[in-house]
Amino acid sequence: MTLTKMIIGATSAIALAGAANAAAHMSGEMTIVSWGGAYSASQQAAYHDPYIANTGIAILNDESSGEAVAKLRAMNEAGNITWDLVDVIAADGMRLCDEGLAMEIDFDSMLAPGADGSTATEDFGETLVSVCYIPQIVFSTTFGYRTDMVPEGAAAPTGACDVFDMDTYPGRRSLEKRPIGNMEWALICDGVAIEDVYDMLETDEGLERAFAKLDTIKDMTIWWTAGAETPQLLADGEIFMGSTYNGRLFSVIAEQNQPIGMAWGNQMLDLDGWIVPTGLPDDRLARVMDYLYFATDTQRLADQAAYISYGPARASSAPLVGNHATLGIPMAPHMPTNPENMDGAFVTNYLWWADYRDEMDAKFQAWLAQ
Amino acid sequence: MSDASTTGPMRAADGTLLKVSLARALRRQKLRALMLIMPLLAFVLIGFVLPIGQMLMRSVENDIVQDTLPLTIEALQEWDSTSNESPPEAVFTALAIDLQAALESKSHTILGRRLNFEYSGITTLFRKAGRDVEDWNVETDGPFRVRFEEIDEEWIDPTMWRAILAYSGRYTAGYYLAAIDKTMVSGQIENRPKNESLHLMLFGRTAWVSILICFCTLLLGYPIAFLLSNLKARHSNLLLILVLLPFWTSLLVRTSAWKVLLQEQGVINDIMVGIGILADDNRFQMINNKLGVVIAMTHILLPFMILPLYSVMKTIPPTYVRAAKSLGATDWTAFWRVYFPQSIPGIGAGAILVFILSVGYYITPELVGGPTGSFISNRIAYQWSGAGNWGLVGALGAILLVAVLILYWVYDKIVGIDNVKLG
Repeated sequence: MTLTKMIIGATSAIALAGAANAAAHMSGEMTIVSWGGAYSASQQAAYHDPYIANTGIAILNDESSGEAVAKLRAMNEAGNITWDLVDVIAADGMRLCDEGLAMEIDFDSMLAPGADGSTATEDFGETLVSVCYIPQIVFSTTFGYRTDMVPEGAAAPTGACDVFDMDTYPGRRSLEKRPIGNMEWALICDGVAIEDVYDMLETDEGLERAFAKLDTIKDMTIWWTAGAETPQLLADGEIFMGSTYNGRLFSVIAEQNQPIGMAWGNQMLDLDGWIVPTGLPDDRLARVMDYLYFATDTQRLADQAAYISYGPARASSAPLVGNHATLGIPMAPHMPTNPENMDGAFVTNYLWWADYRDEMDAKFQAWLAQ
Repeated sequence: MSDASTTGPMRAADGTLLKVSLARALRRQKLRALMLIMPLLAFVLIGFVLPIGQMLMRSVENDIVQDTLPLTIEALQEWDSTSNESPPEAVFTALAIDLQAALESKSHTILGRRLNFEYSGITTLFRKAGRDVEDWNVETDGPFRVRFEEIDEEWIDPTMWRAILAYSGRYTAGYYLAAIDKTMVSGQIENRPKNESLHLMLFGRTAWVSILICFCTLLLGYPIAFLLSNLKARHSNLLLILVLLPFWTSLLVRTSAWKVLLQEQGVINDIMVGIGILADDNRFQMINNKLGVVIAMTHILLPFMILPLYSVMKTIPPTYVRAAKSLGATDWTAFWRVYFPQSIPGIGAGAILVFILSVGYYITPELVGGPTGSFISNRIAYQWSGAGNWGLVGALGAILLVAVLILYWVYDKIVGIDNVKLG
């Protein structure tokens, strides 16, 4: 009940803000939390800078998205929420929503309709995975490889399953030091259909099969925890092939001209987006909602794609994706959502991982430590 | 009459009792001293004692279950948990009432997350149930056992209910059990499955790698400290600066530098391949394993061994060794029987410093450790920011704290803490 009231309150606050005393509400600053690096830079250029130019509101950037859940919890316990808007991956957004730390959003009334006339709900479509979560981009965890280290006579790798092919592609690999993604790839590359992967992981046999597959490359694998590690390892020639976020690979390939190629097959798609912390005072909430309305519209999402190779979450933004802002190359082929890159692509099962993450992680780490 | 003034208690000039007056002066002095240390005391209390106390509380606190499901837990007491039947209808009615009350604050999903640490799948059970229960009328819509079964069959699974019952107390040993790879999910304390057991192994690894690092720093540090304390001041100052130089460089920079040096295409491997010791396709793996951690941490913690050693060796009079030699001792005997025993307080201080620092180290094992070189602190960090299991963080931290205190006590018994000297 109170939630609905609060949403009504929030919406009316926006209406008020839009009306007479806009200036009073709009003064001041807000703190926006994101990932830092190239990703924050793309948000700065596509969202923050034009918004600051329009309104004069100062935006403070905080690069704490990696610990957003833990920090929001701590802030909530201390009763002092200092963040206004937080950028998190979908799984964290759902978790914050579950814990009541993220505000529920009425998408159609709080967000801009699509440029093609569709409502926000239709425009975002399947990317709306939680009532608290406003998606911005689709990104993927996928593989890059050293083009100059492909053995003579062998074809270049095309996807995740080539990472398990030690015979054709010898050399070290890098994988993320957590079960999500690796478990799916292990089973998919062992011949299991993606629809059956999660059911199978719940059984001991399925688990053993996944670990047996991973065992074939365990000795040759470097396990990363930060997205920047694989691009660095590739650039150093430490590994032949490794997984990371597709935008990171784009930047070493297109912006730094390293001899690295993309192996898109069986990429794992995921979302990144905004949540609004619950319990913001009315004036701050009004400010945030005004920003959100602007920053998640069709044009802004398309603009972001000019700085980083992540696909906009709105369907109506896709046709507007143009060239890279400084390199001038067309961005569409580098998007994970580009049809040519979608071979075998899958979306992680957030709900399943919410249930099994703790258990799987213990098992995965125990397996790693053996 | 005059007798009274001479035999009575002594008085100060103003006629008050001397004892009282003295106590007053002393109290003032004590108060002044207290005021002087007040900032530090407050800082230690707020910044140290309070957070540690909170952490210890978190490791046993379990209010959430009873606060969220008060009626259900009460009704559950009637249920024979050893039977293989699901709880009676009364429990499900109570659950429906409890869930409706919990919906507003979303505490049912928070509870789901809490119980999910012990029993996989409960997160979804509570989230799904919450959505349906919202529309129920708890007065008229019963019986609820069937309705919960319709939502998910697992609601009538006695194993799940045993888990809820086992973790329903306001205080729980559950987090400590999890920290030592045990569980009471079935009502009895038992080992976690082998493929989930991680913590004891990590505690063991942290302890033994720390001892190894301690030993390596001693081996490398002792001769340097000896040299430092025996060189002329001009030279020893220069050497001391070389020892301290890494101290002034950021920890992160030093760790990253080791990465560059040790990796497979790194400087050391390149040199060894260049001079033909190693084949190009058979490079030596020195990073992302225990070896990398030992090398990097030995380097980083070396000054903590050298400095106490140096300050103790500085105070050892050279005449003792000379006397021993003039009495016919060989170089070795003079060192081993005369010099070395006098340097033991320095070794003690250095060893304690290095060991305690390295047991709690996080960043270096994280960066160069790989899966076989990570410490318990890395797991604690993951549980804090990744999994969000703060109770387990408290329990793991408390165990680490107690282990260090016990070691300190053992050390005091064997070496004697009075023998530790920092200078």
